[in-house]
Amino acid sequence: MGRNLFQKVWDDHVVRQLDSGQYQVFVALHMIHEVTSPQAFGMLKDKGLKVAYPERTCATVDHIIPTDDQSRPLSDEMAEKMIQVLSDATEESGIEYFAPQSGSQGIVHVVGPELGLTQPGMTICCGDSHTATHGAFGCIALGIGTSQVRDVLASQTLAMDPLKVRRIDVEGELPPGVTAKDVILHIIRLLGVNGGVGYAYEYAGSAIDNMSMEERMTVCNMSIEGGARCGYINPDETTFEYLKGKEKVPAGSDFDEAVERWKSYASDADADYDDIVTIQAADLRPTVTWGVTPAQAITIEERVPSPDEVDGLEKNLITDALDYMQLEADAPIKGTRIDVAFIGSCTNGRLSDFEAVAEVIAGKKVADNVRAIAVPGSEKVDKAARAAGLDKVFAEAGFEWRLPGCSMCLAMNPDKLVGSEICASSSNRNFIGRQGSPTGRTILMSPVMVAAAAIEGRVADAREVFELTGAAS
Amino acid sequence: MSGISKIVGRGVYVPGNDIDTDRIIPARYLKCVTFDELGPALFYDVRFNEDGTSKNHPLDAPEHQGAEILISDNNFGCGSSREHAPQAIQKFGLQAVIAGSFAEIFHGNCTTLGIPCIVMDKDNREKLVAAVQDSPDAEIIIDLEALQVICSNSIYPMTMKESAREAFLAATFDPLDNLLSATSEIRQIAEKLGYA
Ligand code: SF4
Repeated sequence: MGRNLFQKVWDDHVVRQLDSGQYQVFVALHMIHEVTSPQAFGMLKDKGLKVAYPERTCATVDHIIPTDDQSRPLSDEMAEKMIQVLSDATEESGIEYFAPQSGSQGIVHVVGPELGLTQPGMTICCGDSHTATHGAFGCIALGIGTSQVRDVLASQTLAMDPLKVRRIDVEGELPPGVTAKDVILHIIRLLGVNGGVGYAYEYAGSAIDNMSMEERMTVCNMSIEGGARCGYINPDETTFEYLKGKEKVPAGSDFDEAVERWKSYASDADADYDDIVTIQAADLRPTVTWGVTPAQAITIEERVPSPDEVDGLEKNLITDALDYMQLEADAPIKGTRIDVAFIGSCTNGRLSDFEAVAEVIAGKKVADNVRAIAVPGSEKVDKAARAAGLDKVFAEAGFEWRLPGCSMCLAMNPDKLVGSEICASSSNRNFIGRQGSPTGRTILMSPVMVAAAAIEGRVADAREVFELTGAAS
Repeated sequence: MSGISKIVGRGVYVPGNDIDTDRIIPARYLKCVTFDELGPALFYDVRFNEDGTSKNHPLDAPEHQGAEILISDNNFGCGSSREHAPQAIQKFGLQAVIAGSFAEIFHGNCTTLGIPCIVMDKDNREKLVAAVQDSPDAEIIIDLEALQVICSNSIYPMTMKESAREAFLAATFDPLDNLLSATSEIRQIAEKLGYA
């Protein structure tokens, strides 16, 4: 019996079994940011410890950084302090820091891949649950808490239990207007928000094979929203092609050698899985959330569920979610009026996301009732988008083009919903209060669907608004 | 560090499935460089209106003041990996959480901080909650060795992740010292994989 990628990477990186039964696992790449990591340096100091492998940790700032004016000191004193504590700590410990205006700053899960720090076969950790994004390259990429950030800084290792592996095959061709975001929203809807507990998700099948690296990152990014500890895709030619020439990737004959090693991590054809789920790509439609968890999702053609359809606890969940979202049971989701449109985040804030939207919004206008913002995921994305004139296309359509950061994905900076505003968002969480207002509402969808909603002023079907009949973008 | 084999205290029930860490601690409270001040922010937006008036959340009910054991439903702690969530729970004065199930990263964070995450099935949880509502002063004993929760002369079976239970009993729930004791093995792996 062969091994799957998870088992191979695990076997390579396990240091030993601990007395508790957990395993000590070596971390190949550790990424840190200003919100969950500064505290860990304090913990190290308290214990009189130093960073063990500073060359295996990289830092950036993303969560709290403003996207309109980044001049220092920041007007938010606490934000300024957090960034300062992080940059001081990295300097003191010899950790590479991608500061604002360095050309490499951005959302941690956008930065790792675009610099080529993320490479197949690695174990990757970051104090952020969307670390699973890096799994797109065939990595075991785990979100961790601050005490674990401390553990990794001090020892470059982590105590953890092994995971089961569920392979999710998405077979066939995606219909026009159906994107990677729709694929992952569908998977979470199907398997539930805690369906993945105890699992790593391996995404496979021809629809996944045909995806670009950026699309694969969108899929892996939301693994945690399905409860899975991580998600990954086996490395292939698309992966190697993407990595070739990236700043932190070996060049020349070293690259060829690296490719051979990377290939060896891919799951064997006869690998064993704890579970296999198959999805037909042809069945997928543009998908949006209607409730307060990412699993509360329906296709744009469907109606919002009614509590009358179910019993028990499920009934309360639906009633509460509809109440909060101020949606009517059994009404179509299409046509729901929106106030804000947000395109960005580590799920959908990469160059291809803005390219796909620019292609369809050129010559169109955002509805008067909508405040629309586009936030590139990194300085590199911003630069490439500007070079291609995308910022102008967005601006002409009525989007505000911002500086890189997490922005309205979690609204720790000034980008927030106000009151009970409702936002069509390309981010990954529609939790109560997620976008900065305790009563704010979020509808998750793909970037082109956000664009369609922005233009119509209502939740709309991008396939109709933009007459999408060709190949999926 | 000493081991944890028993938690004794009063309970408070916060109902709901899929209670995410954004709800446990809203993002604006993540602006901090230490975790010390997080206690009062626990569940803030579900406890208080925007003008600061109370929404009469169970945590603020007079009869539950000083409770040590939080009881909730399925998939508790899902969402963000922010350790601010268990830190806020601990700083608020809660010492253990009993739920139908837990999200994994949250569970791991709690364990490291010494907060046992106790899994109890729906029937038993409902009975335990009824007992707590009837007599909020009743003492709950969580016995990690016997895998039992005792309250008002009733015994409720519980489960928990075995590696976490071992770690609590052996006082190794904070794994750092243990991890640091393998420096040369770590170095070997790093060299073998070309990471050093
Ligand atoms: S974009 Fe959102 S989900 Fe991604 S790292 Fe930033 S806050 Fe987290």
